[in-house]
Amino acid sequence: METDKLLQMEVRVVNIGLREFARDLERCNVPVVHLDWSPPAVINPRISELLAKLGG
Amino acid sequence: MTVPTSGDAIAAANREALRRILASEPVLVDVRLAKDAIPQLPDRTILHAGPPIGWDRMCGPMRGAVAGAIVFEGWAPDLEAASRLAASGEIRFEPNHHYDAVGPMTGMTTRNMAVLVVENRAFGNRAFCTVNEGIGNVMRFGGNDREVIDRLKWMAAVAGPALGAAIRNRDGVPLKPLIARGLAMGDEMHMRNAACSSLILRELAGDLADTATRDLGRILRFVAGNDMFFLNVAMAMAKATVAPAHGIAHSTVVTTMARNGTDFGIRVSGTGDRWFTGPAQPAKGLLFAGFTEADANPDIGDSCITETVGLGGFAMAASPAVVGFIGAGTLADAIGYTRSMREITLGTNTDWALPTLDMMGVPTAIDIRKVLATGLLPVINTAIANRLPGRGQIGAGVVHPPLACFEQALVAFADMNGAN
Repeated sequence: METDKLLQMEVRVVNIGLREFARDLERCNVPVVHLDWSPPAVINPRISELLAKLGG
Repeated sequence: MTVPTSGDAIAAANREALRRILASEPVLVDVRLAKDAIPQLPDRTILHAGPPIGWDRMCGPMRGAVAGAIVFEGWAPDLEAASRLAASGEIRFEPNHHYDAVGPMTGMTTRNMAVLVVENRAFGNRAFCTVNEGIGNVMRFGGNDREVIDRLKWMAAVAGPALGAAIRNRDGVPLKPLIARGLAMGDEMHMRNAACSSLILRELAGDLADTATRDLGRILRFVAGNDMFFLNVAMAMAKATVAPAHGIAHSTVVTTMARNGTDFGIRVSGTGDRWFTGPAQPAKGLLFAGFTEADANPDIGDSCITETVGLGGFAMAASPAVVGFIGAGTLADAIGYTRSMREITLGTNTDWALPTLDMMGVPTAIDIRKVLATGLLPVINTAIANRLPGRGQIGAGVVHPPLACFEQALVAFADMNGAN
């Protein structure tokens, strides 16, 4: 698709990461699918393991 | 074999921590000398900002302030003798937080200083913070000359008692609604307190006029001439608000963030009174004309207790004025900061609504797990102190705690909860 035509069509959004961006679009009645994801901020594997156990 | 604490138990503990923060009813009830307000504060003891630290590791402003506090208390005749005394080990240093107190920048609190007393009427606990000295040559930036000492003595002997009498005369000043109004007027309660400083003076002026026995004009000018007067009130308020959420088993909520100019320390509800520390970071922001980053002291002060209850950097969206002052970009950036803090907190405080975010409540109750999972560190608005004692503020900016504090806290929490 030519990018200059992208916003001339109906915008369908997949939001990846910060949920607030999806909420903003929802408030504006823009259909959005939110993917709850964040980059692997925790480089320390020990911390990753503990987070997996302790939830959050 | 220890059964690991379940995610449900952590969630329940965190809900309780958030509930207590939101249910708090902080009221400014008095100004008294520290020795009367905090009777357990020993003689020849200096309370300081941040986690525990000894004289040998203290930064320049902290050392300058300590020397000044010793002269103020009369424990040494001059600054040189005071520094020798501080280095001798005969003065006890402890964090303000160990006494339910907080203090901005160097955070000096000693027995004969005037402290604001905030009572959390929902839980019955009290918290304390010294009265803000004003701007320029002040002890919180390490100032320690005769001007600084004389001002502190006047605050202890005249202004403090007068403010205390005025506050008692009207049965205290409820702070939650005052701060709600301040947020709508552009304060974020850390680096901008212009609105709330004015509002509280308006609250107290009549009572001051009724009760002050001397220096009424000077007291009114002292408060009116200082846009940061309310910072110390907000700090005691924040400490009184978050204290009931401390010590809840299985809770991962941050109940203390504080810096001593060398180390940044946090404490977490479910890990008790243990500090988790890392190196204090340089703030990024705007320096006043003539200063460079080489002049700046690393992050210092207990004032980020405001961020632990959703104010300061967490409420930056409320304060277009502060965004420029601290070099944080545009209002859109400020709104972004506040939104991003929602990602690391458990809820919002709808009593403190943000007009620029469609009246969303301020993000409240930092969860160490969310910080580590997202990599989003708490945003703290802060003053930048000259690294030389007594030279005052040289700028303002944004700073973060080191990630190491949160990593240590999670490991300790896991140990305590059978997850290691």
